[in-house]
Amino acid sequence: MKQAYKKIPMPVRYAINTLLFAAFLIIGVSLIQSGAISKYFTKVLMLIGINIILAVSLNIATGYLGQLPLGHAGFMAVGAYTAAIFMTRSGLDPSVSFPIGLVLGALSAGIFGILIGIPALRLKGDYLAIITLGFGEIIRVVLLNIDSVLGFKLTYGAASLKSIPKETTFLNTFLCVGIACLLIHTMMKSRHGRAVLSIRENEIAAESCGINITYYKVLGFTASAVFAGLAGALYAGYLGILNPSSFGFMKSIEILVMVVLGGMGSMVGSVLSATVLTAIPELLRAFSEYRMIVYSLLLITVMIFKPSGLMGQYDFSLSRILEKVFNRKPTRDTTNHKAGDKNG
Amino acid sequence: MKKLLSIALVAILALSALAGCAAPAAIVADQAASGETIKVGILGPHTGDYAVYGLAVKNGAQLYIDEVNKAGGINGKQIETIVYDNKGDSTEAITAFTRMVDEGITALIGDVLTGNTIAVVGEANPINMPMITASATAAAVTYNADTDTVYTNVFRTCFIDPFQGEKMAQYAAEKLNAKTAAVLTMTGDDYSVGLADAFKAKCAEVGISVVADEGYSKGDVDFKAQLTNILAATPDVVFCPNYYQDDGMIVTQARELGLTSAFLGGDGWAGVSAYASAEDLEGSYFCSAYAPGSTDAVKAFEAAYTAAYGADTLNMFAATAYDAAKVLVAALTKAEASGTAAGSDEYKQAVIDAIKTEGPSVVGITSETGYTFDDHNNPIKSAVIMTLTGGVETFKEMY
Amino acid sequence: MSVYTTILRQIINGLQSGSIYALVALGYSMVYGIITLLNFAHGDIIMIGAYIAWLSMAKLSMHPAFAILSAILGCTLLGMLIEKAAYKPLRGSPRISLLITAIGVSFLLENLSQMVFGAKAQVIPSFSNIPSIFLGTIELSGTAVITLIAAAVSMLLLTFLVQKTKMGKAMRAVSEDTDAAQLMGININRTISFTFAIGSALAGIGAVLYCSAYPQATPTMGSMLGLKAFVAAVLGGIGSIPGAMIGGFAIGLAESLVSAIGLSVWRDGVVFAILIIVLLVKPTGILGRPMREKV
Repeated sequence: MKQAYKKIPMPVRYAINTLLFAAFLIIGVSLIQSGAISKYFTKVLMLIGINIILAVSLNIATGYLGQLPLGHAGFMAVGAYTAAIFMTRSGLDPSVSFPIGLVLGALSAGIFGILIGIPALRLKGDYLAIITLGFGEIIRVVLLNIDSVLGFKLTYGAASLKSIPKETTFLNTFLCVGIACLLIHTMMKSRHGRAVLSIRENEIAAESCGINITYYKVLGFTASAVFAGLAGALYAGYLGILNPSSFGFMKSIEILVMVVLGGMGSMVGSVLSATVLTAIPELLRAFSEYRMIVYSLLLITVMIFKPSGLMGQYDFSLSRILEKVFNRKPTRDTTNHKAGDKNG
Repeated sequence: MKKLLSIALVAILALSALAGCAAPAAIVADQAASGETIKVGILGPHTGDYAVYGLAVKNGAQLYIDEVNKAGGINGKQIETIVYDNKGDSTEAITAFTRMVDEGITALIGDVLTGNTIAVVGEANPINMPMITASATAAAVTYNADTDTVYTNVFRTCFIDPFQGEKMAQYAAEKLNAKTAAVLTMTGDDYSVGLADAFKAKCAEVGISVVADEGYSKGDVDFKAQLTNILAATPDVVFCPNYYQDDGMIVTQARELGLTSAFLGGDGWAGVSAYASAEDLEGSYFCSAYAPGSTDAVKAFEAAYTAAYGADTLNMFAATAYDAAKVLVAALTKAEASGTAAGSDEYKQAVIDAIKTEGPSVVGITSETGYTFDDHNNPIKSAVIMTLTGGVETFKEMY
Repeated sequence: MSVYTTILRQIINGLQSGSIYALVALGYSMVYGIITLLNFAHGDIIMIGAYIAWLSMAKLSMHPAFAILSAILGCTLLGMLIEKAAYKPLRGSPRISLLITAIGVSFLLENLSQMVFGAKAQVIPSFSNIPSIFLGTIELSGTAVITLIAAAVSMLLLTFLVQKTKMGKAMRAVSEDTDAAQLMGININRTISFTFAIGSALAGIGAVLYCSAYPQATPTMGSMLGLKAFVAAVLGGIGSIPGAMIGGFAIGLAESLVSAIGLSVWRDGVVFAILIIVLLVKPTGILGRPMREKV
């Protein structure tokens, strides 16, 4: 055995990433508490966190599964409303009801993911896009008008669901970001994840290899919905007021733009572009009416010069870089593992 | 080459993100050094679908503040406005408001849309930030019905939705002798639905039966289907509490179909005369907060506004925003005189108290009798009933 | 008024709005057919068309006929310009990048026109005063008649163009198989450019008809119209010309009939529900060709 390529063992990799992420959280929280980070910046950070979850969740369906759903905001709405209704009605202390609300939001969105996924995923390409768009819009219309059918106040429709406890903080947002990224990462590295990827690469070939296409499509779609629901629940706790109009078609597009701009199938790309696209409109505040023009020009320019997105399919992996450093002599690493490091 | 370009792009984006994060801190440092101005935030949708209201509020408030600044400011200090756009989005409203707070505002004029304003109140109430909205008309902006609490820091210079809906139902019954009414609302819009609900509730009280209740969605331009249903129900009046562009099209299409009933509306109708023909609009009524061109003060305001910003956004909310700025400046003057440090908790409370005490003596464009606030912080003023004659929005009566 | 006349009126309402949806959906469908791009900016081209009509009549006080021509011409040029500047560099890129570019163009047009023309809705003077027609007891407005006729004529012309002319043949060939068409000596770029020109000209006609029925121009007027037309195109089977017409009329009729039975608040939901049901029964829309699967 001469000069074998040294690899960092799996548990160590996870330990390194977990430690770094914990350090990031601790530094973040202490900076906020000391006042070094302004309230405004904290708010923007929380929004970035929520958008990261949305982007990585849609990335499952778009980047990994290779489908084009346009109704992602619908799942977010389901999660947001479920969590908000639970939190306002349960009568529990917000510190107890919020975590339960998060779980409920994610679960209910997952149930909708299954219900919508089974019929919708029979379609392909743009027809899938439009049918998910349709489901998303129906969710919005139902949230808007359900009260008149039920005869009692549930979503409050156009009048908005108000007085939701504002429990979302920097810490719990980024804990959720960490959990979401970790779960998605491990799922994609598992047997199931590889099956999902094979559907993206070639559906027919995958099927002839004995992969249950329908099962894995619905699985990927549902996972995508679950995390969108989680993001929705965080959003409810961030905003304190929910109106169905926030979850329209444009919101779905906004999330899709994040995924495509970052590079489809690249988790670090989704994280990066969710960060940048949330920050840019805030940065451009000074330009006021020109900022949306700059935003759209940027979108077009990036797409023209880098059609596969900023990151392409590349995924940042701290371990891979460390390995390269350890081995000095650059060796081709063909495993192409995707460590979801959130600090990138 | 392409790779290089993309790396450069990534780098620029990342850098700009970092720069943005650093920016607020720099601003905070800046203002600590100066401190000679009184900072007032103006927040609203200056782009997007609702820009016309946001810009009206921004310009109306800025107009008065400029006048005050030209006259020497308050207590020798100039008023500095910090103006941010929220695109009509509650999420952006909250971040923009938080940024204003970080930049040291002492009071806020805004937000503009009801939903956004309620979201901002959720942030402003815990820190007791004085705010006056010129256009958020839902009752829930100043009062939380679930917990029966009043947001003591929030005031407004416009009517509330139920008030307008009730007034128009009463007016229809008493003055127009209506027995039947139809309602056409924009579903999904809290303003429209709020007015319609109040109207329907009052109708039951005053003996008008609602024979048709139709809705449409935002962005619709074809109302013939709904109007055909209304036509079939032959109502005496049609209550149409929407914004003027929609109202113009609704009336035009209604007349096209042969519907002759009188149309009633809320303050969103102001400006409708440009959007439908004179004969189609003839005999419609709407309630408003101000009557364009009615008094010398109003005329002077309109001339000044047009000179500064053009007539494009001169609507009722420009007037209520002008009044909101006037009330706020009166309150700030009083608070400044109290000698407490700007931005402190006592100072904010002083401003809030002063809004209540000084309000009644502020003669506004939309309220000649001053701004007296009730126990829910809503202004007590009577409605102006406007009617359309010969294509002109004319003052009918106070009601 | 009898139930019968109400229903008849509602059908006429549906046909009028449906014919505008159909025209816009045609533009969507043509562009989709040739480069499989969901051109999200299509609705915004109509918006620009409406503003051109407004500019030329209200500001430059041009004759309505010239205003109509300049609106159609303006839309055509804009469509070609967008194709050259934003879509051509992306030929051969993943389709989704193209889609995002189209979204970017749509945002850009909306925000630019808000900056240039202001946020307030502009009123477009009426093109002409057409007397109403009476069908028995039902009054049929002049604009409705003109809209229906104009839509029908443009559809016939388009069908002729695509089926009978050389350029139409080239268009069909490119949409069938781009590479093979190129090998047969068809100029791909010119054909795509021509398709955009035709699609955008249809948008221009749509803009004029739209403005004569609903005489207002706002920066965001195109997005809702575009979305509805997109739904119509998919419902009929995207890429198919008769399909786009059927889809447009189906959406228009569905909307007014849902309102007719007193469910107007649920209208958008019902329209999408119909779409979902149709797609589940027939996954490529009413007249769509079944997708080939290459192994």
